[in-house]
Amino acid sequence: MTVNDILKYPEFTVVNQEDDRAVEKVFCCDLLSIAMAKAPEDSVWVTVMSNRNVIAVASLADVSCVVLAEGYSYDDDAIEAAKGKVTLLKTDLPIYEAAVKIGAEL
Amino acid sequence: MPPLTLHFDVSTDDFSCAGEASGSVKRTLKKLGFAPDVIRRVAIAMYEAEINMVIHANGGVIDASITPEEIIIVFADVGPGIPDIDLAMQEGWSTATPEVRDLGFGAGMGLPNIKKYTDDLQIKTQVGVGTTVTMKITAK
Repeated sequence: MTVNDILKYPEFTVVNQEDDRAVEKVFCCDLLSIAMAKAPEDSVWVTVMSNRNVIAVASLADVSCVVLAEGYSYDDDAIEAAKGKVTLLKTDLPIYEAAVKIGAEL
Repeated sequence: MPPLTLHFDVSTDDFSCAGEASGSVKRTLKKLGFAPDVIRRVAIAMYEAEINMVIHANGGVIDASITPEEIIIVFADVGPGIPDIDLAMQEGWSTATPEVRDLGFGAGMGLPNIKKYTDDLQIKTQVGVGTTVTMKITAK
């Protein structure tokens, strides 16, 4: 599946869109050091962290996209930083439910 | 062939820019055709060290030296130094402030992550003087 496949669910909306990418796994974590070390490449990273540092970690760990859960909103400078680098999605779903929904497609 | 060298100034307490040096080195390694695994290890170790500089040492300087065989990166700061290296190397040990933790850092994984992802790690530190971290990643 790809990131665009996630968008067929009405629960997910796109905040910043980059080139479509393959999705191999789903990864959930809110501590950036752990995400940095453990987020698999080509994974969807589901988190409630919304600051600009999330973009740096997502880009360095080379995840397919970030999904911000629980109805939170990205900081403005995070959206700015993501341009040209990382696709950002958001959802009102809790982390677990968001991950299960995406994971069911894998 | 002489090594390719890159220099970065990491500014004081600026979380929003943290990761720029790591990102730049990552892009350079990608262009040079290093293996994805090597690039990932460099990116992780470098980002952790860069964040440590911002959190604990009011910034510093980073010098990277790249050859086809290895990547050596030196992080030098004039911060407070590390009083107990053994403690600092333990997973979960952190002296980060609550504000820093709110940003998602301070899990006490920084130095352990760096050690895990590098082939050689040297830390020279003196309390009140500063810290120099030298890491080497071998490109196999």
